[in-house]
Amino acid sequence: MQRYNALSVLWGGLTGQRHWKKVWGEAEPKQHYDVVIVGGGGHGLATAYYLAKEHGLRRVAVLEKGWLGGGNAGRNTTIIRSNYMIEGNTEFYEHSLKLWENLSHELNFNVMFSQRSHLTLVFTPSQRDAMARRYNIMRLNGIDGEFWNQDRLRHEVPHLNFDGGRLPILGAYVQPRAGTARHDAVNWGYARAATALGVDILQNCEVTGFIRKAGELVGVETSRGEILADKIGLAVAGHTSVLAHKAGLGKLPLETHKLQAYVSEPVKPLIDQVIVFGGFGHFYISQSDKGGLVYGGDLDTYNSYAQKGNLPVYADVAAAAMQIFPCLGRVKLLRQWAGVMDMSMDGSPFITKTHIPNLYLNAGWCYGGFKATPGSGHTFAHTIANDEPHWANRLLTLERYREGRLIDESGHGPVPKLQ
Amino acid sequence: MLRIPCPFCGPRDHAEFSYEGDATVAYPPLDASREDWFEAVFLRANPCGAHREMWHHVQGCRAFVVVERDTLTHEIKGARLAHRPTAEAIQ
Repeated sequence: MQRYNALSVLWGGLTGQRHWKKVWGEAEPKQHYDVVIVGGGGHGLATAYYLAKEHGLRRVAVLEKGWLGGGNAGRNTTIIRSNYMIEGNTEFYEHSLKLWENLSHELNFNVMFSQRSHLTLVFTPSQRDAMARRYNIMRLNGIDGEFWNQDRLRHEVPHLNFDGGRLPILGAYVQPRAGTARHDAVNWGYARAATALGVDILQNCEVTGFIRKAGELVGVETSRGEILADKIGLAVAGHTSVLAHKAGLGKLPLETHKLQAYVSEPVKPLIDQVIVFGGFGHFYISQSDKGGLVYGGDLDTYNSYAQKGNLPVYADVAAAAMQIFPCLGRVKLLRQWAGVMDMSMDGSPFITKTHIPNLYLNAGWCYGGFKATPGSGHTFAHTIANDEPHWANRLLTLERYREGRLIDESGHGPVPKLQ
Repeated sequence: MLRIPCPFCGPRDHAEFSYEGDATVAYPPLDASREDWFEAVFLRANPCGAHREMWHHVQGCRAFVVVERDTLTHEIKGARLAHRPTAEAIQ
């Protein structure tokens, strides 16, 4: 692998930028692999990388039906945080955030991780109390969190609509280590680092079925032929149920919903943090390095595998935007898209073994898959390689639903559209 | 925007409805086994394609409507009232 450093950038600049090489190679499918990961998004690529890096597996393939990062890895709002309260989530997301903090060095690829802080606005005393409880629990768990009162918030985000909306903005709960990263760079960085360790990345390779011999799962049928594998890991987000039915896993505690995201025309620096408005609406916004405002809101709330959203949700999101940032009223929308989410029954994911001995499952990410990318890959690789979970994903099982030990962060109950 | 053919109100925008999920789920009797309840409460077929689902016309006639819809194309094949006797009575 061609390593990037300041000297190579300088040398390339002086020699007409002719030093850049292809970042990952095209591979042809081999007949047999130790591990096949289905899904070439961030989670699948990260899993393959950690399988090769930390567990010494060299014969690993990532199968992607389209192109790398063409699914939700390229469709999110790039928010990274670990402000979780419930055991199971706290340790997992903090584990992931710690991996983010060293990711650019780890991959020798700038993922543009920017710890610009994450603000959750509060509008009522009861909301403030509930958030105080959450942030105090986080602090007890060693996760950073603080409260900004209205004076501090007026200083940091002066253009918020403090008194003009339906309710006054009282302050914000803040996780300073949270932030954003460049989503494509994360995929490219993992793909590049994984290929350097010998991982085969097979694009346009759709899994159409599973191969069984004497009742055992021994491989996958794909659009590029049969591929045998000792172990198979699924990391396919919204399409998990489709593959689970084919693999014989049956019904899962999942519904597939679509979530839209939006980017405005580029404007001058306006929003320095990730700002979230919840409670009597739902809206989250940050500003990309190009100047576009990246924002989103609720799901479209009905089962859907279509990567296209509808207008009523956009109207709601725009109304929420105007509540807290009336200054956005004249900013034009540049792009809009939707991704299909694997909404789980308690709003938390599962990274787990299944009742099929060599089949492993990584799903249930709801809105929150992007921030989990390094942690998900790291713990999924550990689970696959050792046949037992890492400490950070030990509670993210499928059995928890049967056992009644839900990780219901939002307290909404088994209603996927509300998670 | 989806347009749902409500049996009482005719074609209406889906924004008037609240989505209530998979309509093929039948809750077992209260004294059924834990396993039956686990399946009904938590497990879903979640198909990519034909889906029978419940919508509540909460800002219209307030009826519960069972809609046949494709989850990939969003094409709606039909709708009927969830309450069978009423559905038969109005036909």
